[in-house]
Amino acid sequence: RLGSVRGVLVSSPPGRRARLSSPGTGRSSSEAREELRRRLLGLIEGNRVMIFSKSYCPHCTRVVWNPFNVFTYLSFYSSDDGANVQEMLSEITNQRTVPNIFVNKVHMGGCDRTFQAHQSGLLQKLLQEDSTYDYDLIVIGGGSGGLACAQEAAILGKKVMVLDFVVPSPQGTSWGLGGTCVNVGCVPKKLMHQAALLGQALNDSRKFGWEYGQQVKHNWETMTEAIQNHISSLNWGHRLSLREKSVDYVNSYGEFVEHHRIKATNRKGQETSYTAAKFVIATGERPRYLGIQGDKEYCITSDDLFSLPYCPGKTLVVGASYVALECAGVLTGLGLDVTVMVRSVLLRGFDQEMAERVGSYMEQHGVKFLRKFIPVMVKQLEKGSPGKLKVVAKSTEGPETIEGVYNTVLLAIGRDSCTRKMGLDKIGVKINKKTGKIPVNDVEQTNVPYVYAVGDILEGKLELTPVAIQAGKLLARRLFGGCLEKCDYINVPTTVFTPLEYGCCGLSEEKAIEVYKKENLEVYHTFFWPLEWTVAGRDNNTCYAKIICNKFDNYRVIGFHVLGPNAGEVTQGFAAAMKCGLTKQLLDDTIGIHPTCGEVFTTLEITKSSGLDITQKGC
Amino acid sequence: VMAMAAALRGPGGRFRWRTQATAGGVRGSARGAAAAQLGMKVAVVDYVEPSPRGTRWGLGGTCVNVGCIPKKLIHQAALLGGMIRDAPHYGWDVAQPVLHDWRKMAEAVQNYVKSLNWGHRVQLQDRKVKYFNIKASFVNEHTICGVTKGGKETLLSAEHIVIATGGRPRYPTHIEGALEYGITSDDIFWLKESPGKTLVVGASYVALECAGFLTGLGLDTTVMMRSIPLRGFDQQMSSLVTAYMASQGTRFLKHCTPSRVQKLPDGQLQVTWEDLTSGKENMGTFSTVLWAIGRIPETRSLNLENAGINTNPNSQKILVDAQEATSVPHIYAIGDVAEGRPELTPTAIMAGKLLARRLYGQSLDVMDYSNVPTTVFTPLEYGCVGLSEEEAMARHGEEHVEVYHAYYKPLEFTVAERDASQCYIKMVCLRKPPQLVLGLHFLGPNAGEVTQGFALGIKCGASYEQVMRTVGIHPTCAEEVAKLRISKRSGLDPTVTGCG
Repeated sequence: RLGSVRGVLVSSPPGRRARLSSPGTGRSSSEAREELRRRLLGLIEGNRVMIFSKSYCPHCTRVVWNPFNVFTYLSFYSSDDGANVQEMLSEITNQRTVPNIFVNKVHMGGCDRTFQAHQSGLLQKLLQEDSTYDYDLIVIGGGSGGLACAQEAAILGKKVMVLDFVVPSPQGTSWGLGGTCVNVGCVPKKLMHQAALLGQALNDSRKFGWEYGQQVKHNWETMTEAIQNHISSLNWGHRLSLREKSVDYVNSYGEFVEHHRIKATNRKGQETSYTAAKFVIATGERPRYLGIQGDKEYCITSDDLFSLPYCPGKTLVVGASYVALECAGVLTGLGLDVTVMVRSVLLRGFDQEMAERVGSYMEQHGVKFLRKFIPVMVKQLEKGSPGKLKVVAKSTEGPETIEGVYNTVLLAIGRDSCTRKMGLDKIGVKINKKTGKIPVNDVEQTNVPYVYAVGDILEGKLELTPVAIQAGKLLARRLFGGCLEKCDYINVPTTVFTPLEYGCCGLSEEKAIEVYKKENLEVYHTFFWPLEWTVAGRDNNTCYAKIICNKFDNYRVIGFHVLGPNAGEVTQGFAAAMKCGLTKQLLDDTIGIHPTCGEVFTTLEITKSSGLDITQKGC
Repeated sequence: VMAMAAALRGPGGRFRWRTQATAGGVRGSARGAAAAQLGMKVAVVDYVEPSPRGTRWGLGGTCVNVGCIPKKLIHQAALLGGMIRDAPHYGWDVAQPVLHDWRKMAEAVQNYVKSLNWGHRVQLQDRKVKYFNIKASFVNEHTICGVTKGGKETLLSAEHIVIATGGRPRYPTHIEGALEYGITSDDIFWLKESPGKTLVVGASYVALECAGFLTGLGLDTTVMMRSIPLRGFDQQMSSLVTAYMASQGTRFLKHCTPSRVQKLPDGQLQVTWEDLTSGKENMGTFSTVLWAIGRIPETRSLNLENAGINTNPNSQKILVDAQEATSVPHIYAIGDVAEGRPELTPTAIMAGKLLARRLYGQSLDVMDYSNVPTTVFTPLEYGCVGLSEEEAMARHGEEHVEVYHAYYKPLEFTVAERDASQCYIKMVCLRKPPQLVLGLHFLGPNAGEVTQGFALGIKCGASYEQVMRTVGIHPTCAEEVAKLRISKRSGLDPTVTGCG
């Protein structure tokens, strides 16, 4: 059966600009050539039958339609890219003419030679000869990006394996299939955030006429059990979904041993080896430790928090990443005594005005901040669930040291890529020595052509679940589906689920000034008071909206920032609008939905440069 | 901005207008705050005719006093009731029983509304807009006569007059006891005591919103509707809205019309109705009967004929052109009182603001009434912008329309063990690439917040592909909009599973 033969649409039909080579503005021509070579070799390797052709060539049409009763997508190329492709092909094959045909990675030649091969039986033999590899694709890492890529490849008819293995945290925590997001990231985080918000809702509810006993206590075990149950169902769902799509799932640790070959070690230490034509690395990251006395022994991280079998009690959160602030916010919202120890700035990389507002809201709502300190030692005073820990910290500005006693110390100082212990050196995949991250080109390809990477381990890309999913899906479609669409890492919206949520899309004010210069920008901003907060008696002049516009590009919105309830829900649609070229004028022309928080963006009038007062008085 | 809202939003039973100042003084003048800000002499004339139950309120119109604001606050009270039920799933020990005190809620809501009334007064003053609390009618095309509560008359004249008197709830005319014993949305938010077991008559968004929050506050609530819910809205969405309400305990009497309301000796109301399907007559007893069968524009007492202003004889609304001008060029009508306009606060605000700017030479922009987003604050909120599926099919033909849809489960519903059967999104697009988005419909928590940004996208001419290329914010409900992959035409199961 030849039904599984696929071709690839190398470029768009004639008349539309072909885009085989990356646009690569400013890149040297040798780099561009290398890129094209990689791309072509990738196509040859990835397709059982690969026909490079021109749309107007009659011989090409003959090959495709005539003798073999095989349906394959015709691969056009034309326009300026076509010439480059032709040249590169002639370099690879010594053949300048079209069609230029490969079967099972073997160069056939042109039309006549293919017909000869058909007559001699060589063609059939080549086609019947199964791929020499066990799999078309092996994905290492069963997180958001890896699973998305694996499933999409399977949908496109490929034989796919996913290797996933969770190395237990130093505290012994491990989890099921699905990666960080599902197990120790977005999902449990947002559910605990919801628990904290419900605590706030309980307070509000009395103002809205609800009456019940004064004593409201929170039970940590009930919450974590419910959350863990949900996570288990998600783990199971992922298993099921892989099975439905006939993706082989192996719960083993993957390490490259030679080109195209990986060794999988399971929990019992049993080793198996598998080969594949292509690999996708999607191993993600794990929380970083401080490297000080007592940190791995006594501290926990976000890997442990969400399934902690006991209430953490008085907690020190070390770090100022979004993970740190989200965890601190949740624990405070559940009624715990929480201190955050910050070395320098909050939410590095985010808009710093917004970050400070996030921090000050947390501070007003009971989170203590110790700024410009770093821990130097953690010592156990008492065992227990939780026990008692003494933390010694020193100032970043002088010789001062301080001590504190906490039940729990949670480290959230950053994350490290899981790329160093998987034999990447054996096959020559380059990683950034310092960060462990993997540099890839704009099609997520590493320096080794058949090895790709998606997700948090990518150098210079965003560490977000939906980005990884998108990148993984599109990668599979490009590799196996003849699709050319690349993952767009621009204007990706995100939300920090701190007690007051912070949603953003596009540039921070700092970055915008750096890129466009302050005088070319106009920043509109205002405080707003959610209607629901009025009767609840919650703070006015806390929720804040800001947009950054490029004056010389029709006041295009290049940065969107909102601090308020449901910031994630608010931000999403605006992100879609920014994809479509949102301008200030369009914001002004759009009618608000009343009464919502989102409508505030349709009535922004005060510019930052005017220095006018933005505090709200009453309505 | 809010001052303009105050000045220009047509409240029920009020009348406001403005006039161009002329050197040497104008006798009477009336204008909105926007106009005043532009340096004109402006007066606002406002008067609330008490409802048949005697309810009255302050400055700010329907939205502030008997519409959006109190409605959303009581909706929030009802949502908080749901959160109290969710809380134990998330580890909060809430001692039973949980009760709701209407009196306490109503007082808090009413106090807030009063603070807004006060704020509007102050803002008019700050902007030097003269405010008259008088009931106005036209004497001629430049003069109105205002009557105070005490019967004192004032004559005011103006170069430009803006009519923004809005609408008031309609009472049925041929149902015995309807007017004597029934209340409307003009009264519900100002009740001092809980309405108790309530019959809501009507299927408008007002009816469903009121029934929704009453159910949410624990009251026995029944909705009686003659035909379809949420006429004019997407009907698939509408039926999901009512299905969710039914699952939360709201009772629905469909295809029924009331024929009589009688007061029983114990003060309860006995309602008789006809079941249109069976033709049978039924009876039930309620503490409160709330009519939400539509609204009528406040034009009848204005003596519009004295100024020669044309109205639609059926709707009684004032006919206007794209510039909001009535048949008399210097008299304008905005808001709910104008024919063919969406009855929405932000539309009225924007129309008023733009009108003021045009009148006083600041700009030529006219109001764009297409793609106005809105949200119905039923227990499960329904946000929409653009065309309904029916409307899209009617305009473009079924074969040219592609509908993408999904049933999704909000993450917060999982742990709370809430049923998400009605959480549903659909995007109505043109079928031809690039598949321009014609309409977006979102049913789920925080629908208003979700819809707002997408409304902008649609305004920008977003295509299906562009929305799909938007990266989601995880985990939110809104991200499901950017992940709509299943078309109705494909017949595939649109239920979202997992995080993918």
